[in-house]
Amino acid sequence: MNRQGSRSTRVLVAAATCAALALALAGCSGSSSGSGTSATTGLNLTIEDYYSQPAAAAYDTIYSACAKQLGDTVTISHIAGAALIPKVLQQVSSRTMPDVLMLDNPDVDQIAATGALSPLSDYGITGAGYIPGIIAAGSYQGKLYGLAPAVNSLALFYNVDMFKAAGLTPPTTWAELQADAKVLTKPGRYGFAFSGVNTYEGTWQFMPWMWTNAGDEKNIDTPQTAQALQLLTSMVQDGSASKSVVLWTQADVESQFAAGKAAMMENGPWNIALLQGVSGLHWASVPLPTPQAGQKSVSPLGGETYTVPQAGDSAKMAAAGKMVACINSDANQVAISKAVAYVPAKISVAEQFAKTNPLLAPYVTVVQTARSRTGELGNGWDTAATAIYTAEQLALTGKDSPAAALKQAQGQ
Amino acid sequence: MTLTGGQATGSGIPRRTRGLRQERAVTWLFLLPALIYIVLFFGYPIVKNAVMGSQDYTTATFYTGSAPWVGWANYSSFLSSSLAGTTFLNTAVFTVGSIAGQFTIGLAIALFFRRRFPLSGLLRSLLLLPWLLPLIAGAAVWRWILDQDSGVLNSTLLHLHLVHTSVPWLSSPGMALYSVIIVNVWIGIPFNVTLLYSGMQGIPEEHYEAAAIDGAVGWKAFRHITWPALRPIVTVVLVLGVIYTLKVVDIILGLTGGGPANATQTLATTAYQDSFVRFAFGQGAAVNNILLVVSLLFAGLYLRVNRRVSDE
Repeated sequence: MNRQGSRSTRVLVAAATCAALALALAGCSGSSSGSGTSATTGLNLTIEDYYSQPAAAAYDTIYSACAKQLGDTVTISHIAGAALIPKVLQQVSSRTMPDVLMLDNPDVDQIAATGALSPLSDYGITGAGYIPGIIAAGSYQGKLYGLAPAVNSLALFYNVDMFKAAGLTPPTTWAELQADAKVLTKPGRYGFAFSGVNTYEGTWQFMPWMWTNAGDEKNIDTPQTAQALQLLTSMVQDGSASKSVVLWTQADVESQFAAGKAAMMENGPWNIALLQGVSGLHWASVPLPTPQAGQKSVSPLGGETYTVPQAGDSAKMAAAGKMVACINSDANQVAISKAVAYVPAKISVAEQFAKTNPLLAPYVTVVQTARSRTGELGNGWDTAATAIYTAEQLALTGKDSPAAALKQAQGQ
Repeated sequence: MTLTGGQATGSGIPRRTRGLRQERAVTWLFLLPALIYIVLFFGYPIVKNAVMGSQDYTTATFYTGSAPWVGWANYSSFLSSSLAGTTFLNTAVFTVGSIAGQFTIGLAIALFFRRRFPLSGLLRSLLLLPWLLPLIAGAAVWRWILDQDSGVLNSTLLHLHLVHTSVPWLSSPGMALYSVIIVNVWIGIPFNVTLLYSGMQGIPEEHYEAAAIDGAVGWKAFRHITWPALRPIVTVVLVLGVIYTLKVVDIILGLTGGGPANATQTLATTAYQDSFVRFAFGQGAAVNNILLVVSLLFAGLYLRVNRRVSDE
């Protein structure tokens, strides 16, 4: 999942226009790449990602440093959130793809399936020592196409002051979560907040509950998945979570929590910087509760991978491969993680990182057992993800029972 | 084109035919820019969309260029899905509800502004505001107004003791469509007021004066003078309104994203989501073609009405 997900509405129009253009004017590309200064030293590589400020500045520094190290130059373009994939498709059809392309990890399979990406093994990149989940996410049909320097996931944020006042400790089981949420609900405040929105963002937020309870995306019409959905539905129905969760994005959830209108929230580490900026808010985060005590929470793995598109120019592609390797170096994994509050994707680097960054330590634990969304179904994930958020919406709004909702959505 | 045969004054028949041929060529030359424009920017997208509706057009198509022909499969997979019924019903309710609201309120306001009063000009231009606001910004503000827990509408209603519990304007599947209609009515009012008001300006004042002598004032004047004189404009406003409302995407996406539980999913939002969220471009094009046919029916109606109006 990405930080920009919440911004999707704002860029909807941009995305639509861009994609419409992509369809109509497949031959014309807006990209002004290729005007490199290859005459002197190295090559001019184009890099495309979807970051916005302040993250973009941190990445720019890393790209430039890598280019300098390799004797190349870079031209960087940041394409706002949801507009990236339509733009990439346009570039795919006009054969004007950037030399290095950032893709959100669940999108790798879809773009790799078009044949537009080159396997990273061509450049000697194996992904050895990485968190298994992120290798699964970056692989398509057994080949590694995208490698993420840093990853994220979901955990439980809780308001320390509210817990203290109620004499509670953070919940570790589903039963505790429900009980605590009920106790912490006061007029003008909900015990728990999460996003149940009707997009892939809602699906992403549902995955920890489903996966930890041994639910599976291959078939969502199972008692395990129904129990997970029942947990969230019960909290909405008994008033410990707002009925508006069906509209909330993760950014909305964060603002509810930051405003003290929710005592707990399910969210990711990219909110840390925002939350630290809220004066008077004392919070901490722990792994999400599990059905029984002592189980390991299985959360979905987020994070952006770097890929090398099939540019046709083997010298440039080799240079791009080196660039991807450099962005993924141990030092850059730490630099990126610090800048955007992610966790290094290499296990050894992450464990070292946890010692010096206590706020991110819970995520170092979470990501090691985290699961990739596309690992099992590949580019069939989108269909499953749509069915999951559809079922969740039916259950959360009380239109159907969780079991009936899942059965109906699975049948679609 | 207003090229006439007036200049072809040659005496010999061969010269005359040559002149005529030249003239015809010139005619086509003048037409050419417009033709190219229409073919490129209207013809091509429509034909492309019609073709795509029968293709398995996916992300891979962009690279490989191959989009297998699937005939009516995209249409039947949409029409047989459980979403199709909801989508058609929502589209109809949304369109009829929006038009009814926009037109009634728009007409009332236009009638109100027929009377001159201090600041009426300023007020009338302020009415255009919803139209001038970017739709996404308008939707974001309305989302906050209609928020169930901290929205200004609910807190006002609660303080006035008009409701006992907060109303789930956007978060309940039973309410969301009506809330979206309310917002769309707000956006559509300026369009209706502007056209109806300018239509009313064309009605000679003498008609009202003559009618007043015969005792027709107020409602009677409206029924027997304003309404008949306004009828051609009314038809145009309604038909254009339907076409504009059928294709509304941004408001719905900004407010509810088609949810909750597909309660506000219309043909337009379904087509959008198929194409640009799921990247099933063939499927999206098929839904869009259905929408296009419905719009075309109304566009045809508009053209017919318009011809009748200009004939009168």
